This record gives sequence, C-alpha cells and structure tokens, in this order.
Amino acid sequence: MTRRTAIPGLDAPARTDLAVLKPFNATAAGKADDLGFARFVANLPWWLPAGLAFAFMMWPAIAYAQSVDYTIGDAFTALVRWLPFLVFQGFAFNILISVVTMALGTITGVVLGLMQISPNPAISRPAWLITQTFRNSPWLVLLFIVMLAFPFQINLGFAVIPIPDWMKAVFGLALPIMANISEVVRGAINSVPNGQWEAAESLAYSRQQTLWRIILPQCIKRMIPPWMNWYAILTMATPLVSLLGVEEIVTLSRQAMAAENGRPELLVPFYGFCLVIFFVYCYPIARWTIALERKYAVKL
Amino acid sequence: MTETWTPDQPIISIKDVHKSFGDLEVLKGVSFDVMKGEVICIIGPSGSGKSTLIRCINALNDIQSGSIKVEGQEVNAPNLDKLALRKKVGMVFQQYNLFPHKTALENVMMAPLLVLKQNPDEVEKRARELIRKVRLEGKENSYPGELSGGQQQRVAIARSLAMNPDVMLFDEVTAALDPETVKEVLVTIKDLAAEGMTCILVTHEMGFAREIADHIYFTDRGVIVEHGPPATFFKKAKDPRTREFLSQIL
Repeated sequence: MTRRTAIPGLDAPARTDLAVLKPFNATAAGKADDLGFARFVANLPWWLPAGLAFAFMMWPAIAYAQSVDYTIGDAFTALVRWLPFLVFQGFAFNILISVVTMALGTITGVVLGLMQISPNPAISRPAWLITQTFRNSPWLVLLFIVMLAFPFQINLGFAVIPIPDWMKAVFGLALPIMANISEVVRGAINSVPNGQWEAAESLAYSRQQTLWRIILPQCIKRMIPPWMNWYAILTMATPLVSLLGVEEIVTLSRQAMAAENGRPELLVPFYGFCLVIFFVYCYPIARWTIALERKYAVKL
Repeated sequence: MTETWTPDQPIISIKDVHKSFGDLEVLKGVSFDVMKGEVICIIGPSGSGKSTLIRCINALNDIQSGSIKVEGQEVNAPNLDKLALRKKVGMVFQQYNLFPHKTALENVMMAPLLVLKQNPDEVEKRARELIRKVRLEGKENSYPGELSGGQQQRVAIARSLAMNPDVMLFDEVTAALDPETVKEVLVTIKDLAAEGMTCILVTHEMGFAREIADHIYFTDRGVIVEHGPPATFFKKAKDPRTREFLSQIL
C-alpha cells in the first residue's frame, strides 16, 4: 500500500521534537526468537509420536495391500528385531555425537562470544566475522569441508593420532554451534543494563572484574534456555552425518533394511521409527527449555 | 601527571570543559572549583548538561577539551589512571544500579574486597557500620529486589562510601523515588555533608539544595548561567533565565 504523502510513525520514521520514551524490548528490534525451535517442539502434543506411528502403520497397509508374500506386519516384525541394534548402536551414537559436539561448541562459543564484546576492535571484529560466517553457512557444507579438508590421521613423528570420521563430524557440527552459542553469550551480556557496568566502573572495578563478578553471574541463567534450544536443534541435525558414512541411526537403519533385502515396505516403519525416537528424546528437552525460560523471564 | 596537591587547593578544579555527543555540544565551556568539605548543588532544566558534567568528573564520559583536576590529578589525560581516580570519587546514580544478585551487605563489601583487597573481617565490620549509618539495620541480607527504591538508594550510598572516597557525586539520586522515600535519602546525604564530605549534587529538590548547599550553580544549554550561595541565589537571581527557571519550579 502506498500513500502520496507518508504518515510519520506509520509509513515513515516518527519525527517529533518532544522527548520520546521508547518502549522497552527485552529482545532487540528485528531479532528472531532465539527459542523458536524449542517453542515449536514443546507446543506439539505429546501423543504425536503415537499418532505418527499409527499413521505409518495404516498408510503402507493400504499402499502395499496387493503384495501378498511380504506384508506390513512382516516389516514391523523386522523393525522389532532390529530395534535394540538401532537404539543402542545407532541412536546412542547420535546422542554421543550431540553431547561431544555441544561441549566443544559451547567452550569455543563462549570464548568467541566474550571476544565479541571486547572493547578492542582487533579482537571483537574477527570474532564477529567468525561468528557471522559460521552462523550463516549451511551445516552440510561445513560438514563436507571438514570431512574432506581434515586429515584422517595426524602424524606427530613419535605417534600417529587417527581421527575417525565421527570425530571429524563432531568438528564440522561444532562450528555452527560455536557461532550460535557465541551470539547467545553476546546477546545475554548485552541484555544486562548499562547501569551495571557504570556502577561497577565508578567503584573502580576493572573490566575483567566487572564481567566475571557482576555481569556474567546475572546473565548466565538467561543463557540456559537458548543454549538448550541449540542442543535440541543439534540433536535433530545429527543424522546429517550419515551422509558422510558415520554409523549413526540413519546409516544403521539403511544397513538393516539392506539386510532385510531392501523391501520398500520397510522404509516407512524404519524411518518412522527414527522420527519417533528423535521426538521422544527432544520433546522433554523442549518442554524443560520453555519452563526454564518462563521461570527466568520474570526476574530481572 | 599528578602535581602535589594540598588541601587548601580546590579538591576539584574544572576549567573550560567542552563535551559533545556527535554534533550535539552538551557542555560549552564550564568552569568551577570545589573546595574540600564543600557541598555543591547543580540545578537547571533537563538537557542542560548537569548529569554529563558530573559524569565527566569520574571519567564515565570523556571530554573534548578543557581540564578537570581531582586532587591535582588531570582527568582529561590520555594516560589517566582511572582506578586511582575512582577510588577518590564515589558516585550514586539515579537508578541505584545495585548488583541484583548480591545482598545489601555484599553490595557494600564487594568493592573493598575485590578492588582494594582489604581484610574481609574489617570490611564486613565497616560495611555493617555503613548500613547502620544509612539506617538500614536488619536489611543486610536482603536482595535489592526486596528493598524499596529509597532503601536501595541508601544501600547504593553505603556501597559508594565503603571505598572511602574523598568526593561524592550524586546524579539526581531522588528523581526516580516515590515522594515518601525521597526524604530518607536526603537525610542520609545531609548527615554525610554534616560530617564534612565533599559532595556534588545534581538535583531537582530546590528546597533541599537551599538547605544543604554551600554554593549553587545554575546551568542552561551547556553553560553556567549563574551561581552563588543559596541565600543570594534564590532571592536575588540576576539572569532572566535563572529567574524564569526558579519561577517555574518554586
């Protein structure tokens, strides 16, 4: 909609000579909700996995009704047979990858986030550039780069350290996590009112003392919900590493299906099971994240 | 940089200070001296640069030109030892700015412990005395969120005093308070002034300024328009701007 003359405050920036008290926004203008994923998952009904499982059962039962020698019942029997293998070999490995990646991404992300708020531009500018680069790169591209550019072993002369594929996958996934945690840290620190910095400054605290004793203790709680949000996103992203041959749940599901002669009836039960198990794992995390967010939001 | 300073010289000496935020010149050549033990009130309309001026004294804002000396130490110097300056100058803010994750007592104790590295037992003893002095016995273990605005502001005063400053700066410390609690904060400041603490206050409490100040400065649009002891200032203001301001406020 266009008007001939713009109306200030509506089509054009508001202009006034009066002192204007801007509304207080906890999140800066234009900033995306940093808990979007957790909020979405937490709002899904708990019975969704059961509903999905039911749909998976019904749909192929109709689609493949004509095949008589291999029924959908046989496919589910096969799934049940492979289930312990898929869960304890496959999904457990997804969890391991997510935990190690999160640990690595958090440590590097916190360092990078603290560098971003440094008053020294020689530190803050590169940190900002690294953060923005890895935050805005496709995860799969980062994974491939790390996978192909990283050596499979490191020769120290006296010892050879092998780097298995899953470890390279961890490095690859840790890059975007690092960048996003860096933003979480920067955002949380910036959310502390400037008056806290000034009060500490006027009491002769050094910048380090202010940061560690005054600012961080106040905002560490505020970092936890977005941090958990990123953990849930990361866990959901771990199947990406199956494209690189890491033996996690999707890779093992494919192998199991191949071992069952690759029948198309197997696809929906097996992949459906993957979907359900990820939901079952991430749903409580998402609910907890939102609960914590509500708890911490009240107190400022 | 620090010349030898003796108590008979001004404890704060401000000469021709200019300060701009971007294109906006907030201070356009301000000069005045404060002697040890004096109580100075700076009054004036909003946006006249009062707050900026006292924030420049402890280097929370930098200045473009001019000179600010605190006990002979030049504040407008590139190699300024900010920590040394801030040990001498205490500051209390309009919004209290207490540390919300620490109790009242901890708020008072933290800076002497962390910055001055003083003995914890002595610091605690003095902190309890200070809390008594601002009339908050029994609130030692309360968090700022559990205190009223006036109580928080008095903790903030105690916190600043814990550093044993030579000068106290008060930046509109009652502006955010309920009318009922304003008085308790003013009483605390009056006690302090009576003990001989050098105080510089930016305030809108004219009655209080008249009662407590040794000297009043009226600023408007970045300059000191008029100044004088309260008796003459309030009765015989010469400048039309001062008279207009006073007629609106009194």
